[in-house]
Amino acid sequence: MSDVVLKVKDITKTFPGVKALDRVSFDIRPGEVHALVGENGAGKSTLMKALAGLHRPDEGQIFYQGEAIEVAGPLDARRKGILLIHQELSLSPELSVAENIYLGAWPTNRFGVLKKRELRRDATAALEALGCGFGPDVRVGSLSVAKQQMVEIARAEAFRANVVIFDEPTASLTDSEKDQLFHTIRGLKARGVGIVYISHKMDEIFDITDRITVLRDGQVQGTVDTRDTDLNQITRMMIGRTLDTYFVKAKAEFGAEVLRVEGLSNRPLFEDVSFSVREGEVLGLYGLVGAGRSELVETIFGVRRADAGKLFWKEGEIELPTPRQSIDMGMALVPESRKEQGLVLMMGGRENTSLPHLRLFSEVSVMNRAKEMAVFEKYRSALSIKTTGPDQAVSQLSGGNQQKFVLAKWLCADPKLIILDEPTRGIDVGSKSAIHELIAELAEQGLAVIVISSEMPEVLGVSHRVLAMSEGSVVAEFEGAAMTEEHLIDAVSHAREPVAAE
Amino acid sequence: MEQRFKRLLRRHGLVVAFLVFLAGVAFNADAFLTPGNILDVLRQVSITGMMAVGVTFVVLTGRLDLSVGSLLTLLTVIVVDQHNVAGPFPAIVMTLIAGLCIGAFNGLLVGFVGLNALIVTLAMLSFLQGLVLFYSGGSNVNVENAQDTWFAVFGRGEFLGLPLPVILFLVGAVIAGLVLQFTTFGRRVYGVGGNETASIFSGIDARWTVFWTYVISGFTTGVAAIIMGSRVMGAQNTIGQGYELTVLAGVILGGTSLLGGSGSIWRTVIGISMLGFIQNGLLLLGFPYYVQWLVTWAVIIVAVWIDLGAKRGRIFA
Amino acid sequence: MSHTSTVTTDRSPALAALSWLLRNHIWVFLALTIIVFSLASPYFLTLNNLGNILTQGAFIGILAIGMTMVMIDGEIDLSVGAVLALASALAIGLQDHMGVWPAVFLGLMSGAALGFLNGSLVALSGMHSFIVTLGGLIGIRGLVFVYTGENALMVPDFSYTEIPEIYLGPVSLTAIIFFGLALLFQWVLSSTRHGRETYAVGDNIEAAHDAGINVKRHKIINFTLCGTLAAVCGILLSMRLGTAEPNAGRIWELWTIIAVVLGGTRLQGGFGSLWMTIGGVLTLAVLRNGLRLLNTPNYVELMVMGSVLILALVLDKILNRREAT
Repeated sequence: MSDVVLKVKDITKTFPGVKALDRVSFDIRPGEVHALVGENGAGKSTLMKALAGLHRPDEGQIFYQGEAIEVAGPLDARRKGILLIHQELSLSPELSVAENIYLGAWPTNRFGVLKKRELRRDATAALEALGCGFGPDVRVGSLSVAKQQMVEIARAEAFRANVVIFDEPTASLTDSEKDQLFHTIRGLKARGVGIVYISHKMDEIFDITDRITVLRDGQVQGTVDTRDTDLNQITRMMIGRTLDTYFVKAKAEFGAEVLRVEGLSNRPLFEDVSFSVREGEVLGLYGLVGAGRSELVETIFGVRRADAGKLFWKEGEIELPTPRQSIDMGMALVPESRKEQGLVLMMGGRENTSLPHLRLFSEVSVMNRAKEMAVFEKYRSALSIKTTGPDQAVSQLSGGNQQKFVLAKWLCADPKLIILDEPTRGIDVGSKSAIHELIAELAEQGLAVIVISSEMPEVLGVSHRVLAMSEGSVVAEFEGAAMTEEHLIDAVSHAREPVAAE
Repeated sequence: MEQRFKRLLRRHGLVVAFLVFLAGVAFNADAFLTPGNILDVLRQVSITGMMAVGVTFVVLTGRLDLSVGSLLTLLTVIVVDQHNVAGPFPAIVMTLIAGLCIGAFNGLLVGFVGLNALIVTLAMLSFLQGLVLFYSGGSNVNVENAQDTWFAVFGRGEFLGLPLPVILFLVGAVIAGLVLQFTTFGRRVYGVGGNETASIFSGIDARWTVFWTYVISGFTTGVAAIIMGSRVMGAQNTIGQGYELTVLAGVILGGTSLLGGSGSIWRTVIGISMLGFIQNGLLLLGFPYYVQWLVTWAVIIVAVWIDLGAKRGRIFA
Repeated sequence: MSHTSTVTTDRSPALAALSWLLRNHIWVFLALTIIVFSLASPYFLTLNNLGNILTQGAFIGILAIGMTMVMIDGEIDLSVGAVLALASALAIGLQDHMGVWPAVFLGLMSGAALGFLNGSLVALSGMHSFIVTLGGLIGIRGLVFVYTGENALMVPDFSYTEIPEIYLGPVSLTAIIFFGLALLFQWVLSSTRHGRETYAVGDNIEAAHDAGINVKRHKIINFTLCGTLAAVCGILLSMRLGTAEPNAGRIWELWTIIAVVLGGTRLQGGFGSLWMTIGGVLTLAVLRNGLRLLNTPNYVELMVMGSVLILALVLDKILNRREAT
């Protein structure tokens, strides 16, 4: 056997409009943990799906134990010995642990009757090899997430996997569960399994991995030994893009306070968050995925219910509002997921634009179509939205144009505060800078703006002030000259010392 | 050219097939396309049509109402019985109020408690059937002074040469259509059906929206019951049995999606009228009445399949 | 023995017992109804009457077996009542031409064929099974009428009605067939590849597909089973009555769904078992029988059924919320 178990060579995968992977090559040695890091959209998940047979690469080859292979699908990958452990677990909650380990590949006789004894025996062996604290007959749905994950890992034992790919495995684990997982991973490693470890959490990556490959914009930025590098270098490789985007920052002329949040909590998503934002100010909210940023603003807006905390609107305390009350006060939330939270996809731009403000667009409950049309036309030209007409279903538009309609729908009622949650995710460069310019323009008109982004240059480029969030708390605040990438990185990575477990 | 013809057939194939059917029947049965016969068809369609108008609201939010058949029976029994007890006007008022209340109860369970609409309205179907027997004591009721009551006007009357039930149905459909197309409520219905989460993020209270659609469904069933009671001048305990399915078939045939968010009253009127004309045409051609069920089956499957294909084509092409 | 009775390692025995009870509330329900009716009527707890309950329940019960399989898949079949009527009409109507058993066989095949048709339409078109089988419910009834011409068909030789007159104590052959089939299919669900696929498909269709399960073929098989079982029910009904009424089995699909949902099988799929369905079927039968014994007017039965169903749904909702936390 060679010293490389899996080798990816020059893989390219293009989706309409995006080159998700651009001649990516890397390799995994037996008995190593190899981290794959990069920002959202860097190509990690596409690469992983290509390895598991969910995507067919346009070009390039995959070598497994020295031979070129084609992976037909997850089951095929599993049979070959490549196991993908997805963030959303691929388990059937009502089936037993043993049945889930062998999902779809149960031992049966030729009449399709399960060989239960064999199934149980093999599953027990796999569970024992991992040191799981539960038996093969337990219903998976009754297990904690961590234990469900162990069931997936047990597939590695059961199928004699030589490569195991973990995608954000610790996203919903407690610290002690994480320790248990790492123990298991070290066990796999000791048995010569090659492991790919995908995560946003840098402390974990330095804790467990041997080598790190950094992806950015679908290209490999380099592979380094974990021993020989540090957080700063990795982060720089991840985000150190050439400054091809020019950010316009609004003039720093601030008015009165618009919103103040005191001690807002929605456990376990976030806890004891306080901040305020003024007229004309752009407040950035930076944090890695899972830091609780979206949950925080959704709670302020009223889509989620807080369990503690106070809100002050224009310096007067208010009760925690419903979304309707928030909108009527002059708050606007451009949500994280355009398709799920932002738009009714089968409606046209006109109807989507007026949806949050039906009362403004109607007299005695009758819609004023002329007014709707006027507003639609106004924003179509102001934001240069490309659509064939007011009733073309927004599902047919590109991501950038869809996002512009989400903006139109919130801007048309002249809000006092606009919250933008990942406003440029998944849209083309042109639309991106249009949105950046818009943010500056809005602030100069006197709106208070909150921008959430996991793209550091964007947050730093558009905001006057930045809050760093990590694991549900605001860990630092930067203003003026202190707003640097180094400081932000320090803030979100150093805060990641384990919180004392109960 | 050929391409365009194919597209046309794909998008409007059902209408084309329907027109061919109409022409075929008209060719073989002279009476088919006469004004008198068309009015007859519409008269028959008016009751299911009235109910379908209300049910369309429910379906547009992505829910179901299977209780309307039993509700029709109950309300018809009530309107006929109360006509004898309290007179026509109080009977009508009571019927409509009862319809509203039961609709509200459905709306409460589905909209606010968040129970599965299929099962809730199925349970109501059973419950209301029980209520019918409880109310009527198991016997059929008849209007006592059937000869000289103005109540007869709803089922049998005419206005400007048009049957009054047809006018009621069309007026109801037009009002409902206007409400859906031009009011804030209509917009909320489409919003909740199209994307409930996005609607909540837009400050729409989905619970109330769903609630009101059931109230509307209860109300239109009340109106249908008045037409029914007036036409039959009596009510049997099984008078509305199976109507929920006919109504739903009409709504689906019109192309309103069970997933919610797409469809219209206009489409429902077309769908339910198509069912009426198919039924009538087959009878005129000398087929026994049950042959229409076979045709309905085929038409529903083909219609929905084409619709699905067309939508997919539009989204992914 | 039933896979639902697994004890979780995460909780104390008391909590585990509570959890079991919450997942199997139908048996508590059944016990309660039995207690109430035996206190209320001296005729209830007689062997004879219990035998009657089983026979009465068996017809809906056989339909409910197929419905359970389809529902665990996350689908629904509204056409079972009509399929039943067609099978029953064919089994009687064809006897003149070909003799008893070939006619019965063809009746069975008609159910299988219609089930196969339903399943293929669902799996291949991507239409919701609710629409497909709603169409079937209307159209297949039309087929029945076309065949019978609106008249009830009479069996030519009344020895046909004696076929099911076999008793094991108070238990009729019909009831035995119901329990036999229920146990057989519970075994299929719990011990065969197809059965475990049913849960996998209903639970997490993505995972099932990724694991290489042929979801389409799988669904077609279950719809075919459901149609075949409906035909079995129709044939047994024709034997019991000696006639085939074109309106036989009307709204039985609703009773069937009520029985299955009452048992605890979830409409969303992935959860349920035939043990639960047996519980639901028996509860329904006991309720109907008991209320009749008490000479309550028949509206009480309908109203109780409606209320019980909503209650079961509310209970399920509360229970799910508990499980989620």
